[in-house]
Amino acid sequence: MIGQLTKNERQNALAILIAMAVGGLVMTIGGRNSLLGVHGGLVLMIAVVGIFAMTATLKLPDPAEDRLNAYYDDPTKVGIIISMVWAVAGLFVGDWIAWLLVFPDLTFDAAWASFGRLRPVHTSGVIFGFGGNALIATSFYVVQRTCRARLPDQVTPWFVLFGYNLFCVIAATGYLMGVTQSKEYAEPEWYADLWLVVVWVVYFLLYLRTLSRRKEPHIYVANWYYMAFILVVAVLHIVNNLAVPVSFGSEKAYSAFSGVQDAMTQWWYGHNAVAFFLTAGFLGMLYYYLPVRAGRPIYSYRMSIISFWGITFFYMWAGSHHLHYTALPQWVQTLGMTFSVMLLVPSWASAGNALMTLNGAWDKVRDDATLRFMFVAAVFYGLSTFEGSFMAIRAVNSLSHYTDWTVGHVHAGALGWVAMITFGAIYASVPWLWKQDRMYSAKLVEVHFWLAVAGTLIYVFAMWNSGIIQGLMWRTYNDSGTLAYSFIESLVAMRPYYIARAIGGLLFLLGALVGCYNIWMTIRMAPRESAKADRPEPGAAGAPVLQPGE
Amino acid sequence: MEVDHQTLVWFSKSFGLFYLIGLSLAVVAYAFWPSNKSSFDQAAGSILREEDKPWR
Repeated sequence: MIGQLTKNERQNALAILIAMAVGGLVMTIGGRNSLLGVHGGLVLMIAVVGIFAMTATLKLPDPAEDRLNAYYDDPTKVGIIISMVWAVAGLFVGDWIAWLLVFPDLTFDAAWASFGRLRPVHTSGVIFGFGGNALIATSFYVVQRTCRARLPDQVTPWFVLFGYNLFCVIAATGYLMGVTQSKEYAEPEWYADLWLVVVWVVYFLLYLRTLSRRKEPHIYVANWYYMAFILVVAVLHIVNNLAVPVSFGSEKAYSAFSGVQDAMTQWWYGHNAVAFFLTAGFLGMLYYYLPVRAGRPIYSYRMSIISFWGITFFYMWAGSHHLHYTALPQWVQTLGMTFSVMLLVPSWASAGNALMTLNGAWDKVRDDATLRFMFVAAVFYGLSTFEGSFMAIRAVNSLSHYTDWTVGHVHAGALGWVAMITFGAIYASVPWLWKQDRMYSAKLVEVHFWLAVAGTLIYVFAMWNSGIIQGLMWRTYNDSGTLAYSFIESLVAMRPYYIARAIGGLLFLLGALVGCYNIWMTIRMAPRESAKADRPEPGAAGAPVLQPGE
Repeated sequence: MEVDHQTLVWFSKSFGLFYLIGLSLAVVAYAFWPSNKSSFDQAAGSILREEDKPWR
């Protein structure tokens, strides 16, 4: 794989690794009295291993010129594997803490094993580790095919992929040691945040450079969504993480915002992380992989454009619905609520567009579990966006807020929509990337599909039940006008649902493990006969069928 | 010049409203402009073509 890099590129990579080693050394020395030094040592160690690996290959000859006749897919392949590793790790920790809520003694009195430290390992592991790597990997795949242009160079994509994973590793190890700035989905401290800014700007520039090399006149809509994901995540990340470190030798920093401004900035970030990380990027995936796998063009290209602008401009205002009944001014809460309700229109336009694309290919949905993953994703996207708009209404929120209903809603989106579309995209890409005609086992894809669907349904139904019971118990008064139930009574009432939730999560984890095995075996299969020759177009059998009215 | 709360509310209620209306009109016009239809159809079909190599 390193042999694919030109001599010049290998030297550049080496220079980057040396700079990284110096950075790690500075962090180690400067932060020797704090946890910053531990992360410095980690960075230094990874850089030194990289330097040895890279130096050993410097003498290799330049790769053949004909590499430029193919898309550059090595970073996508590695990204998909890393993504699956994070999926298993993140889902495992998620299920672990689900059991921890059932059996609170499972912490073994160790600080690192407490709920507060493990929960962000789960959320960052699945959102940034699994989801982020899948987005980066598929975005490289999609942008090249839709532009009919190869990535502009062979170092930048690796810098983005490995640099991003360095951020994820620093984040996860930091949480276990207690390093956190306590902002949900933005827990990493200042030095990790600064590093992510560098990686993200390089990612954005790489995407623009590839787009500028395109041979297609029109930029396909999937790229719009990927671009919105990259650009807006950069803006959100920079603003929400503005902070002043205690000193350059300390891992601790304090936010530039305070009080209700801090809360508003955090939830402007938090809800747009849902919008642009967990929605826009994965809609980019949907708009490419679903039509290709179904062999039909998107039902309405016009609707995809209108919903794109609807989603980008409405979501920006929705964050304040996380702060109903707080010190935030009432009109800001109402603004967030209104925009959240309006969001239903572009959201359902996207979900409907995906389902209408499948209309006429239902036989494929029935027979092909990969396409069925994408179909279920579109259904859950429709359901969870409806639920989200509903829960943002102030009166509904008074029942749902702070209860497990929110947890159920998030998982309907994360498991039912985000993970399903990702597994669909991965099962579609793996045979195309490794030049196989199919996955190792269609049966195992089927097994994964049903485990994932069963796990999601059990999870979501358990949380709906527990959430609504919790909400009602917290607002039930007795004849003398005081609360009928103590908090601990509501907690005891949750226990059966927590068990059900942990079982649902376990099924979802088992599905991901089956997926890993299937992907590994597909990679190990002998490449098909025709692989050396031209690669046929993935999945699309026969001429595309145009739809009536299009 | 001091920017106070009232000024910001006035700005968001005037400019904020009209720029969102203007934007939605522009987007709908772009999506439904008759001469754009062919390039949209072409783009929608472009991902289904039987080839997997960059154009050079």
